[in-house]
Amino acid sequence: MQVSLRVNGEERRHDVEPRLLLVHYLRDVCGLTGTNIGCDTSSCGACTVLVDGESVKSCTMLAVQADGREVTTIEGLADGERLHPVQEAFREHHGLQCGYCTPGMVMAAVSLLNEHPHPTEAEVREGLEGNLCRCTGYHNIVKAVLAAAEAGASQPVGAAR
Amino acid sequence: MSILGNWVPRVEDPRLLTEGGRYVDDLRLEGAVHAHFVRAPLAHGEIRGIDVEEARRAPGVVAVLTAEDLGLGPLPVMGPPPMARPPLATGRVRFAGEPVAVVVAETRAQAVDAAELVGVDLEPLPALVDPERALAGEVLLFPEAGTNVCGEVAPGPDDEAELFAGCDVVVRQRIVNQRLAPCPLEVRGAAAAVGEDGRLTLWMTTQHPHGDRDAVAAALGLEPSALRVVAPDVGGGFGSKIATYPEQIVVAALARRLGRPVRWTETRSESMLNLGHGRAQIQQVAIGGTRDGRVLALSLEVLQDAGAYPALGAFLPNLTRMMATGVYDVPKVRFRATSVVTTTTPVVAYRGAGRPEAAAAIERAMDLFAAEIGMDPAEVRRRNFVAPDRFPYTTRVGTTYDSGDYPGALTRLLDALDYPALRAEQARRRAEGSTRQLGIGLSTYVEVTGAVPGAELGAVEVRSDGTAVVRAGTFSHGQGHATAFAMLVADRLGIPLERIEFRQGDTDEVPRGMGTYGSRSLQSGGVAVVQAAEAVLAEARRLAAERLEANPEDIVADQQGRGLHVAGAPARTVGWDEVVAAAGGRLVQEVDFAPPGPTFPFGAHAAVVEVDVETGAVRVVRMVAVDDAGTLLNPLLAAGQVHGGLAQGVAQALLEEFVYDDDGNPLTANLADYPMVSATELPSFERIVMETPTPLNELGAKGIGESGTIGSTPAVQNAVCDALAHLGVRHLDMPTRPERVWRALQDARVGAGQAG
Repeated sequence: MQVSLRVNGEERRHDVEPRLLLVHYLRDVCGLTGTNIGCDTSSCGACTVLVDGESVKSCTMLAVQADGREVTTIEGLADGERLHPVQEAFREHHGLQCGYCTPGMVMAAVSLLNEHPHPTEAEVREGLEGNLCRCTGYHNIVKAVLAAAEAGASQPVGAAR
Repeated sequence: MSILGNWVPRVEDPRLLTEGGRYVDDLRLEGAVHAHFVRAPLAHGEIRGIDVEEARRAPGVVAVLTAEDLGLGPLPVMGPPPMARPPLATGRVRFAGEPVAVVVAETRAQAVDAAELVGVDLEPLPALVDPERALAGEVLLFPEAGTNVCGEVAPGPDDEAELFAGCDVVVRQRIVNQRLAPCPLEVRGAAAAVGEDGRLTLWMTTQHPHGDRDAVAAALGLEPSALRVVAPDVGGGFGSKIATYPEQIVVAALARRLGRPVRWTETRSESMLNLGHGRAQIQQVAIGGTRDGRVLALSLEVLQDAGAYPALGAFLPNLTRMMATGVYDVPKVRFRATSVVTTTTPVVAYRGAGRPEAAAAIERAMDLFAAEIGMDPAEVRRRNFVAPDRFPYTTRVGTTYDSGDYPGALTRLLDALDYPALRAEQARRRAEGSTRQLGIGLSTYVEVTGAVPGAELGAVEVRSDGTAVVRAGTFSHGQGHATAFAMLVADRLGIPLERIEFRQGDTDEVPRGMGTYGSRSLQSGGVAVVQAAEAVLAEARRLAAERLEANPEDIVADQQGRGLHVAGAPARTVGWDEVVAAAGGRLVQEVDFAPPGPTFPFGAHAAVVEVDVETGAVRVVRMVAVDDAGTLLNPLLAAGQVHGGLAQGVAQALLEEFVYDDDGNPLTANLADYPMVSATELPSFERIVMETPTPLNELGAKGIGESGTIGSTPAVQNAVCDALAHLGVRHLDMPTRPERVWRALQDARVGAGQAG
């Protein structure tokens, strides 16, 4: 099937198998390996990306369902050399260790702050429940997201223009 | 001013945050085929035959191979030789998920599809899930071994009467330290290719690339030098990636046999059954002492479930034994352990590896003892600590602790908690019969880091453009060595962090290495790096002194990284380019540092929990941790290590357990069924840092990787038990999930009713 979409601002057009998951499309067809796969039950959130600005576990969506939409992955989040405030906060607050959950976690956090620009700690924890991390104990992730909110991170990313 | 001891953000992060890491599954090898394994659908069975014909004819299939086809040597065994594990099942399958055959195809999907067509004819044998039943030996996994016992520690006669002579009170408890799945976010993988020179390269998920090189070479019948192992970014390990896995050996063999690059990545469901599990001990603890709170004797008997093939799990009781008496001065100790095989996933190291089990036993025992004599658990601990003036201190099991201040840790903890206020609040809720009862759990721990002896490699090179390269035999897979080790070099040579490259994980580029596990890296590899940097500095000073016509003793490294000059006279600086030229074009030093002994981090943790006595639900309200791992190099990294450890401790105490049914079928074989801890189940943590340097290395550093888990697990368990103590619940095994709590409360009510 033909699929035509924008990935990180770039037009992509491919002929794909109908059963191809969006995450495999991004990794294997587009070569964007920043988005990781951590499970096979849509439990871990490592593959979270933004579709039209909202977080989606890209293992729960077929590539063809992304037809005509705007997908943002970790590779497309920074503005050139300038890190997105959420990326910056993760670095400053040591919100990552092995880095495997990080792309998904960052995208989930970006989406969370778009919806709730000033969340409480409990809201951050609730909002990130679908993203698992084994290294950080979530402490510094939560801290980073709260700091990013403080810094005014809620700016639309990859929303349909 | 030195950079050491400062909160330095990681140099690794910009790459991980903007493009993501480069993990094994991210590698793209030209012309690669994909491997997928056919796995045992049941726990125990005799292999009557494997029909691969239909699979061989399936679209895209390149090869379908069994153990017989590959003829690989076994993996290293931590037990009797007949129990050695073949890379693919041979004769029998011994746990659900064990690889039986491998399918190689042009695409991953084709390999998965074709694997469905492989017919494995299995004659079922009785499963053996319960380690206590394994002892009886009615079902044998390895009939040729004649036993299921794969290891023993200090077996001997039962001399309990003598052990507890003079005790007013002896308290006994059977404690299950349940089986866990380590769950690093990245599962296992490998890729292999034969280069134009005929040499094999194996990329793999690991914590110990040099160990893998040797193990894979042995299984393939190669010299280690004929193989290059490369570990790219690795997405966590927590001990589970120390060992070389059968599939990784098979992937290496396939690349040689097929003459094409081979890639393999397991699914999470495969990983839950094949990445080694952790813990899995049944403990019988007995503690005796006087009514005024002095512990006189301890007995700990451990039954270790090693899983289907004895790997590191079979050895864990040795580490449990080392730490059996914890932070206490216990005059008489008896420890015995037996490891057995069962038809379950092999047990390996998981964050703490044998020491959390020791801490759980002694810390539960202290609380049970305190309850029995009616004394506050903090006070009982205080009365039995090894005093700060007794270090180095050798325990009755023969472990020598390097340094410590256990009363200091507890005092700081109780202050931070406002302990009396919490106890008052608890009393208030008890008196009013609140639905939400408060529990306060303490754990004062000591653990051993860097327990595996041996030398670690650190190499430092300064190049003529003023950049430096650090090569390390350790292997960071999230710990931040690129930052930590660069800080050491920056401190000694004045070269700024951004001009220091870090290399690890490639056995061609780093000739030797012991890897990263057991919280060993800074105290071994870090010290090697700092000594190598000092050796570079010594050589550079000598060379610069000749140019400056000065004494080498008067020469210092320029703190802007420009080179060297006479102290206080930076105007005349000899640049690194000149120094490197004077050194003959290469300025590099290698150091193999063997620590004189392991180190013993310690601390005191507390959990405050609320237990809903109507539903059994437990909520952690506060988690307070006092940790002392000696002198901290980068408190930011240390904090991260503690946080992750605390979460894994809370997870074991409250939530996680890997469960089999009686037939050996796994019931928690994916992340939907296995309750891996998430952000909503944890509070933010409160930390207090202590720094008591170790005298065993020049950095004063102990390991910090596992303390969080070791201390927190019993603190949370003790807190849950404490919340229910007044309702007649004496002990609860982990995980203290709502159903277990609720049932314990029901049982206690029934018991109380009958007694009344």
